[in-house]
Amino acid sequence: MAPVRVSLDVNGTTYEREVEPRLLLVHFLRDHLGLTGTHVGCDTSNCGACTVHLNGEAVKSCTVLAVQADGAQVTTIEGLGGPGDALHPVQEAFWEHHGLQCGYCTPGMIMAAADLLARNSDPSEAEVREALAGNLCRCTGYHNIVKAVMAAAKATGRAEAAPPPPPGDPTVPVTGVGA
Amino acid sequence: MSGNGNGSRYVGQRLRRKEDPPLITGKGVYTDDMTLPGMLYAAFVRSPESHARITSIETSAAAARDGIHAVLTAEDLDLAAGMPMAWVPPGVEINTPEHWPLARGEVKHVGQAVGVVLGEDKYAVVDATEDVVVEYDPLPVVVDPEAALEDGSPLVHEQFGTNRTHQWGLGSEDMDVAWQEADIVIERRIVNHRVHGAPIEPRACLAEYRAGYLTLWSTTQIPHLTRSFLAGSMQMSEDRIRVVAPDVGGAFGTKLNHYPEEAVACAAARRLGRPVKWTETRSEHMTTTTHGRDQIDRVKMGLKRDGTITGLHIDVLADLGAYYQLLTPIIPCFTAFVASGCYKIPRVRTDITGVFTNKFPTDATRGAGRPEATHVVEVMVEQAAAEIGIAPVDIRRKNFIPKEDFPAEVAVGVVYDSGDYHGTLDKLLEKIDFDELERERSELRERGIYRGIGYSTYMEICGLAPSRIVGPHGVGIQGGFWESAIVRVHPSGSVTVFTGTSPHGQGLDTSMAQIAADRPGTTPDVVEVIHGDTNTGPYGMGTYGSRSLAVGGESVARAAEKVQDKAKRIVAHMLEAAPEDIEVAGGKFTVRGSPDKGMTLAEVSGAAYIPENLPDGMEPGLEETTLYDPEHPAGSTSCATSLSTTAGRRSTPC
Ligand code: FES
Ligand code: FES
Repeated sequence: MAPVRVSLDVNGTTYEREVEPRLLLVHFLRDHLGLTGTHVGCDTSNCGACTVHLNGEAVKSCTVLAVQADGAQVTTIEGLGGPGDALHPVQEAFWEHHGLQCGYCTPGMIMAAADLLARNSDPSEAEVREALAGNLCRCTGYHNIVKAVMAAAKATGRAEAAPPPPPGDPTVPVTGVGA
Repeated sequence: MSGNGNGSRYVGQRLRRKEDPPLITGKGVYTDDMTLPGMLYAAFVRSPESHARITSIETSAAAARDGIHAVLTAEDLDLAAGMPMAWVPPGVEINTPEHWPLARGEVKHVGQAVGVVLGEDKYAVVDATEDVVVEYDPLPVVVDPEAALEDGSPLVHEQFGTNRTHQWGLGSEDMDVAWQEADIVIERRIVNHRVHGAPIEPRACLAEYRAGYLTLWSTTQIPHLTRSFLAGSMQMSEDRIRVVAPDVGGAFGTKLNHYPEEAVACAAARRLGRPVKWTETRSEHMTTTTHGRDQIDRVKMGLKRDGTITGLHIDVLADLGAYYQLLTPIIPCFTAFVASGCYKIPRVRTDITGVFTNKFPTDATRGAGRPEATHVVEVMVEQAAAEIGIAPVDIRRKNFIPKEDFPAEVAVGVVYDSGDYHGTLDKLLEKIDFDELERERSELRERGIYRGIGYSTYMEICGLAPSRIVGPHGVGIQGGFWESAIVRVHPSGSVTVFTGTSPHGQGLDTSMAQIAADRPGTTPDVVEVIHGDTNTGPYGMGTYGSRSLAVGGESVARAAEKVQDKAKRIVAHMLEAAPEDIEVAGGKFTVRGSPDKGMTLAEVSGAAYIPENLPDGMEPGLEETTLYDPEHPAGSTSCATSLSTTAGRRSTPC
């Protein structure tokens, strides 16, 4: 099929490229722009390793065509931190709380968590787990990931921002398990 | 760990991991992140049949497509050997089929690679695989391991006349006595189903052949062993091959192997003179990366009325799949070695029958054979408790090997060096509030949520060893089980550690830096740990089986200890003191009794590299190597898991 011209703002830089209409956004980022921090872990939209922000919202970039993102603003893990080497609070918290082991799921986890905190600055543990339900990690068992996201929420100290949305489904209590 | 009593400051401390900054910023380099000039992408043509004769393969339409560089099948690959299998058990006959990276004549499981398409575009090569026309003549299929042993079953490998691969046993010869001594004997058939390790990073490899030198970047746990295998199959001298495991995104045993795709990428890169990259899809991963477990265990346990166990017999039927990968047939043997669990059982025996089926091979996966044993012995203990009418905790306590019995030889002939099973169970019961969990269970039940509560004890062999027992004349694995380390202090005093392990999430960059920093009195932030590259470190065995810190960490400790010894001799010589009087404290080598007299590591290494004033006969430099072959590393612990599920709704593990 004839290539299509797209223009995307990725991490603050505008890129114009000719792409196949079927090209996935994740491959556009990885293969055309060399932004290999966004990973591919599945071919069924299950794992979330490919999560990026599209116009400020977390999406699985393996499930978006590059042409669908034409004219959009994309943030990847490489563009999440501040100027220089400054880390985003979620990156900082993952480091501090051992929220990663092999690191393969990590960029997607961090992008999904950053999206949650942008919408809900003071999430409950249940809300964190709910928000990360689309991201799989095989190494950590999630415990430290949740801990890191909760800590990042605290660290950003934006509790006074928009009121949190109503709580999600009641979850099963996790009391009864010692520290 | 070999203790030194000198300046241990970082081991045991909680540090932020050294490996994390690139990984949390998207700057890690995993195999699929790499590209090389002129690189071709590979996509495999795979069998949709479980068992079939290949009658023809037509590749011309695929080869004629735009951007397709070549389509290769088995006869196009210049390989002298198929996929390796590393177990040659002394005195045991084992049926070993040829296993070529691309099918020759027949396919024996779904997903078996039949051909490979190479081209410049990663989408185009996948499209082209659909134009490779393979005609199959289907053959009868067997996927049930019990059915595979019945007379008249379809045969996976006709030439053996049976699907039985081998039989192997370990333990007591007089199990009859155990049943005579028992008041009751219970028997169960326990299925430990097939599982998948499924790391989030699928496999990938990138091969480059240039002027007689081969480099393979691969998502592997065993770069050094992979190089040795490639030397055989590619008929190349090992020194001309470099294998690199860059950042690897988890493995869980699935990457403790040498896979067909690695061999194909290397052979294709040499044939075509272009680098070749292949990246697995998740669907390929589930069908053609090793599976685990898949045992049917017929188990018999004899007990006295008071719960004392008199004997345990496990008859293992191990579904090995259609071929062998690196360790396929030996994995169930590990079940036998730890069949006793934490219990003092006078007679224990495991008999294993391996069987071929038309499925992908099983191999090491998370504990490789040992969790299967734990599953068996713990289920049996629970079943026995229910049958006799005593509490599960009491039957465990009644049969634990008591602390004072260690070192304890168990019935299979393995000696457990130490353990405190009552202690670990006490700790578990203290940490977990079972009454509260049960109270919650009743509450949840009213909301339609079902919770199961359980716990288990276990005894594991962590870090397979020693070589003389596990190796060729012992259990029969064709390899050693030592690990290597080099600790190199640079002239400026910073340190590089080379390890033969190949971590992929274990955090060894940090823990080995902690170990290496303590002995020469430096800090982990100036210790770099290099791993996973056959061109930079000594030969090493890789990362698997909970061995890397236990065996690899100890070799780092020993090399660092040697560095410390040499540094002490240099300091003693320069400060005119006795080497025994030199201490490492506060980041300095000082003379006992005169803490103001001392040298930093940078000063010592400066003196070592500019050797104007070294003790007589001492070589310059500050670098030491250790290859450490351990005795029996072991561990034991208890854990509890509860899981609540609602049909079709989410579950929350805790
Ligand atoms: S790669 Fe996008 S969800 Fe798995
Ligand atoms: S850290 Fe390895 S998959 Fe999450």
